Amino acid sequence: MAPASPSLSTPSTQVRRRRAALLQALPFLLPNFLGFLIFTFVPVLACFGLSLTDYRLSPIASLHDLTEQVRFVGLANFARLLGFGREAGRLAANDPEFWRYLGNTFFLMLGIPLSIIGSLLLALLLNQRLRGITLFRTVYFLPTVSSAVAICIVWKWIFHQQPNEVGLLNSVLMTLGLANPPDWLGSMAWAKPAFIIMVLWLSVGGYNCVLYLAGLQGVPQELYEAADLDGAGSWARLRHITWPLLSPTTFFVVTMSIISGLQGSFLFTAAFLMTAGGPAGATTSLMLYIYNYAIAWHQLGYAAAIAAVLFALVFGFTLMNWRYGQRLVHYQ
Amino acid sequence: MKPRRAIRPRLLRAAAYLTLTAVGATMLVPFAWMVSTSLKAPAYAVEFPPRWLPSEPMTVTINGRECRVATVEATFLSRQGESPSAQLRVAIFRYSPEGVHVQVLSPKDSAGKEMVVPESELQTVREVHLHWENYADAWHAQGVRVRDAFFGLVRQADGFMVFYTNSIFVTICITIGTVLTSSLAAFAFSRLRFPGRDAIFLGYLATLMVPAIVIMLPVYALLSNLRLTNTYAALIFPPMFSAYGTFLLRQFFMTIPRELEDAAVIDGASPFGVYRHIILPLSKPALATLTTFVFLHSWNDFLWPLMVVDRLALKTLPIGLAHFQDSYTTEYHLLMAASVIVMIPVLIVFLIGQRYFVRGIALSGMKG
Repeated sequence: MAPASPSLSTPSTQVRRRRAALLQALPFLLPNFLGFLIFTFVPVLACFGLSLTDYRLSPIASLHDLTEQVRFVGLANFARLLGFGREAGRLAANDPEFWRYLGNTFFLMLGIPLSIIGSLLLALLLNQRLRGITLFRTVYFLPTVSSAVAICIVWKWIFHQQPNEVGLLNSVLMTLGLANPPDWLGSMAWAKPAFIIMVLWLSVGGYNCVLYLAGLQGVPQELYEAADLDGAGSWARLRHITWPLLSPTTFFVVTMSIISGLQGSFLFTAAFLMTAGGPAGATTSLMLYIYNYAIAWHQLGYAAAIAAVLFALVFGFTLMNWRYGQRLVHYQ
Repeated sequence: MKPRRAIRPRLLRAAAYLTLTAVGATMLVPFAWMVSTSLKAPAYAVEFPPRWLPSEPMTVTINGRECRVATVEATFLSRQGESPSAQLRVAIFRYSPEGVHVQVLSPKDSAGKEMVVPESELQTVREVHLHWENYADAWHAQGVRVRDAFFGLVRQADGFMVFYTNSIFVTICITIGTVLTSSLAAFAFSRLRFPGRDAIFLGYLATLMVPAIVIMLPVYALLSNLRLTNTYAALIFPPMFSAYGTFLLRQFFMTIPRELEDAAVIDGASPFGVYRHIILPLSKPALATLTTFVFLHSWNDFLWPLMVVDRLALKTLPIGLAHFQDSYTTEYHLLMAASVIVMIPVLIVFLIGQRYFVRGIALSGMKG
């Protein structure tokens, strides 16, 4: 389809040509594009719209209902969510729970750096030319493809601690001589570390490890041979060849981990099934907070405002990463 | 990695294997514990110290009475002035202040003899017993029995039967729908010229970074206002149209050289002919990757079904299993059996499709 030379095409033939091109593309585009508009694109805009209303999920059957139920409240939701006010002479957050759950979300992300380092180490080991590597890789990847609900149920059983019933983990700890192992999921102090342990188990051999392995296989072998001639040891080779050449992978892995960590869909499942967000909100993340407002308490406007803040966080992190993280990336 | 001397690489290799095995074993522990607990008798599911092999005290029936089996060490008997050749295996009759009344089972020469032994000298004998019936019990569990499922075709059925049917139906619909519509759209974006193409594709790209919950809330509001929650449509259509599939396939289609289709176009092939006979056959790896991704993702999806479905008859496996957990909170043998039931098919699909899956991560990861 060579473009016609401009001198030949009068405006009317150009319009016709454009219309013909569109008609030709529509059967391919439309099935997906319509669905995309209805179920992805418009909802994104609608969510920001909803966050400016006090809609409470009451049924809307007519235009009258619409104006009645969906009242525009401006930035009131955000003022309640993010604002501070004076209470008994002291500065207090309007929604202290939001800040607490935001803190929980960040705390639960502490496992990410550990998990990434673990993935890199595993990938380095897997990249040795050893027999049976496929088997190891498959085993490491199993938790990632398994049903999150089943995983949460078995981990709840592993962390179990009741006066006369001891779960697997604490049985092992007691056998090792720890007299009073923690009540993992039942204590404010240990519930979050328990979740982090579970996430480490889940993610260390998962996507990041596979990405690192792919990155390692792209490192030219000649570089190592040259380093060998220069008498470089294994640490020097890791520090000066492997690590810099893997930096694009690291950049990607860090970006994706932060984005998915902020959304925390696995941690949502875990909190929902294992602790109901408790004890006393210790494992409630922003996702669970949004879910509770929207589904349990039917305050869709406010839930949309929290979701918008979550989006802003994801967006902000990604932008910052692009602006500052890129400098640390070494491209071949 | 050039070998320098013979010894060092061999040592390093052994260390690498050791580490890999240790990590692999840690990965498998929760799965093994799940299977182990799922085969235990309810009374022995919780034990300290925990046992990996499902076992329970052995019993024998003597004169219609069920008696536990125990052993008595030879040293105890020799202190009694007897000279047995080995330890005795005994059946426990009853406990009394003088000790435990037992009857000897073996060795043969003293079988049938009755004696009184202090409790401290008895060692309970355990035997391995795998309770496969736990799986049947979980499958037929009363707490998740379903009425009027699958478009009213099923009057009454076992919960997991219905959850399986729902999951298979919903997952297949989502997978076919996603692969079909997004491959068509990806063809339009990568091979056709039409006004607004780049702007529309930018719109697709822009939604890739948006957290899923942002999209879910308004769709949920829309569906609940149209009274479409608790329908298969609510489970199937919204997840079908994320930008991800179109993006992945478009990136792959862009790498197929145009020269391959020029000949077909000159021969008068329509765009659909090019799509059907040139692009699709050349994109098998990308299509397989997308299929595996979408299949696994929708099979394991928890949040969306949780939001739009609360009728038991419409639940998919993940939320069905969550419901099962609510009803049988402390019955670990049943919970673990149910978890294994849910886990098996996805593991099989992964083992078959893992080549495409692993390649897909590298593909979408490094190009995104």
